Order: sequence, then structure tokens, then C-alpha cells
Amino acid sequence: MISKTDGRKFKSLSRRELLKLTPALALGAFAIPSLREPLLKTGLGFSDWASSLLFRTGQPAPTFADSGLTPFDHFPINGYDVDDPEVDLDHWTLTVGGAAQKQGDYTLAQIQALQKFAQNTRHICVEGWDVIGRFGGARLSDFLQMVGADTTARFVYVECADDYYESIDMATALHPQTLLCYEMYDQPLTREHGAPVRLQIPTKIGYKQAKYLTSLEITNVLPRVGYWEDQGYSRFYGL
Amino acid sequence: MASRTITIENLKSGEVATAIYEHPYIVRLCHWINTVALFVMIGSGLQIFRAFPSFGAKIPEKDLINWPKAFALGGWLGGALQWHLTFMWIYLATGLVYVGYQLFSRNYKQALFVPRDIPGVWPMVRHYFFFGPKPPSKEAYNPLQKHAYTSVIGLGVLSVLTGLAVWKPVQFSWLAWLMGGFHWARLWHFLIMWAILGFIFGHLVMVVLHGWNNFVSMLTGWKKDPDYPAN
Repeated sequence: MISKTDGRKFKSLSRRELLKLTPALALGAFAIPSLREPLLKTGLGFSDWASSLLFRTGQPAPTFADSGLTPFDHFPINGYDVDDPEVDLDHWTLTVGGAAQKQGDYTLAQIQALQKFAQNTRHICVEGWDVIGRFGGARLSDFLQMVGADTTARFVYVECADDYYESIDMATALHPQTLLCYEMYDQPLTREHGAPVRLQIPTKIGYKQAKYLTSLEITNVLPRVGYWEDQGYSRFYGL
Repeated sequence: MASRTITIENLKSGEVATAIYEHPYIVRLCHWINTVALFVMIGSGLQIFRAFPSFGAKIPEKDLINWPKAFALGGWLGGALQWHLTFMWIYLATGLVYVGYQLFSRNYKQALFVPRDIPGVWPMVRHYFFFGPKPPSKEAYNPLQKHAYTSVIGLGVLSVLTGLAVWKPVQFSWLAWLMGGFHWARLWHFLIMWAILGFIFGHLVMVVLHGWNNFVSMLTGWKKDPDYPAN
């Protein structure tokens, strides 16, 4: 199909076609400082929402043979302020609050009385490195059952001896590989790795693996999400 | 390829030029949105990489490269992740709309490298790199261009798949496994970025060298004085 036009008409035709591209300029909103932050927050929120949809309770994190383990002394120690918050291990208890029938303080012995599971799983840091470690402990789901937690609540929120804090969604809390971990490499947790009890969640990113737990709350509302999340990291970060 | 040709008559001088409608609206819109998205993805990706600029062990860590902050976007790891996890959806959406539109409109024939383009590759290479004669143009893209545009779509698909394996190595553990594990997926994701950067470099060089009419046609859709016959 060949049609005829003159130079002026062709110019206006071209200009019209060019103007049709203006919707792409909407991306310029990201260049405006006052709009950038809410836009990126929305984008991250959308990613987290998609993440929660992609999470499947029946999907286990890959496990590895003992030969694939990262040597214990090559397992990085990541504390955000101190390596050892000097927890009094002899008198330590985990304080359970929120939507639980049996609120109160639980000792390490009570946690260890639950069936023990050990797993070789990958620990992935948000920075991009990963190590394969051996973790042992009780399933968080068993513990939640023991304390009579309302598992229809939305979150499990934990606080730590070094004023770190974290939260996870209930679906992840009930995942069979989510542990109240008290052993690494078949030895009691060392202080730098979070003695006496830390979270070990192979379906979550590293900063969710809170150490030196002191309290645990079952809740629908999170006044605070997590130490890093509240500075702009993903709230869900499921792997 | 359904192309629209127009003859333009200069009313003063009476000169006659022709123009061909080369790029449908959706293709142009996707091209420019994707340009921005890709820029953000690469910039923020490099900032994320700065948090652990290595592909080996964390202990002992051997940094591969000390990537300068000036060539990264987001300011810090958390900021870069916000950019990356926001724009990946825009990047994915433009990719899906583009590929979907090309297939649906059958406009893909313009850019898809097919076996019958193979014989034309060597003459184009000779022309571009070894001062060979310019082979006659028969269609909008020469075989080498088709090869580049087809490959970069493949790279785009791979960037999404490797990214998915890095982002969700548990939910898509089969994908990470296919790539050799999380560790390798991260490396592939990085290498594919460099391959895409290589394409962008070549693309820009070609635009600067002989592409003004091509550049305009990606904006308005119309290419003036085409060097190939309309069909």
C-alpha cells in the first residue's frame, strides 16, 4: 500500500507518532526524589506479595550430603553489632507471648524435649554469598503446637539478646524445615552463632535467621518487622 | 512483512522521498521502556554485586573486582534491591508484551534470525569488519542485525530465568539445579548481564555510525529514505 503526502503532513504524522510514546515518560517519576521512595516501596511490596504467592509449604529447600558441607570454621559469623551479647546460658528462657494458650518462659530442655531434626541446608546471605551448613533443632511448628499457638495468626515475631528482632509469616513458621536451632554441625550452638537458640529457616534469606532468641510472639500485627526490613529490605524475602 | 510505504513530495522543490513504517507502536513503546528498565537493572545489579564482589567462598573471600560506586545505582545494598525488585517487573512486562505482540502480529519475521539468513552472515561480517563491499539490502534488517536482535531476546529470557533462580532458589530449585546450583546461577546471571552490555555497546556504535534514520524510526515508526525495497 503506497500513499502520498507532502513534507509538512509527514512531519506532523511523525510528530503524532512520537507523542504516542509519552506514556514511557511516566518512568521519570522515579527520578523525582519525593516520589522515588514511595514508588520503590510499592515495588518492593509487590515483589513481597508475589513472593508470598510463590511460597509452597510442600516445597522443601534442597538438602545436601555431609561431603558438601562448608567447613564449620568457614561458616561466616554475621552479627549486626556484637558477636556475643553475653547471654546467661544457665538461666536462659524463651518468653512466649501473644496468641498462645500457654504463654510463659520455656527452657532449653523443654525445646530439646521435642523431636530433634538435623538438616544440611544452604544459608544464603542477602549480600550474595552462600554456605551449606548442618543445623539441628526442634521444628518451630512442634514448638508452636506445644505452646498452644493460634496458627491462624499471621506472624511469628522474635526478639534477640542483642536487640535484633525479626518476624516471619505463619506459613513459613509452619514449614517442616523451619527450626528452633540449638545445634550446628552436631555441636551445641556457639555464642557467635547465636547460643543457645536461633532461627534456622532454609526457605528464607540470611537476615531472617535471628540469633540468641529471647522472646517469641504469635501475632497479627507487627509494630516492627525486622531490624533490616525496617531499614528498607524485603519483609518477606522467601527463597 | 506488512509494511506501509509513503511517498513524500516536497511542495516547494517537487522532490520526492519515500518512507516506510518500520516499527509498530507497541514495539517502540516496549523498546524505550525496556531501555530504562535495563539501565536500572544493570545499575542496581552492579550495586548488589558490590556487596559481595566474588563468586567464590565468603571465607576466605577473594574479591573479583572493586566495582566503582559511581557506576552503580541505589546507593547501598538495600536501596539497590528496591530498584532491582521493582524494575524487574517492568523489565519482565515489556519483554512479555514485546514477544507476545511480535508473535501475535507476525511482525517477528522482521527480526527473527532464521536458517535462510545464515548465508548472508559472512558477507555482512566482511562489510562491517573487513572493509568488504556492502551487500544489497533486501529487508529492514540484514542477517547480522537479525542475529543480534534474536540473540538479545534470548539473553533477555536467560537474564530472567537466571534471576529467578537467584531470587527463588528454593521454590524454583529445579531451575537453580539446571544452572548448576545457586552459586552458578548467580554467576550466569552476572555473565548474561555482560553479554547484554556487549549487545548494547554494539547497538550504540551502530546507531552512531550509520543510524540516524534508524534511530528516528524507533521513535516515530517511520524510516525515511529506506535502503531496501518495500514489499
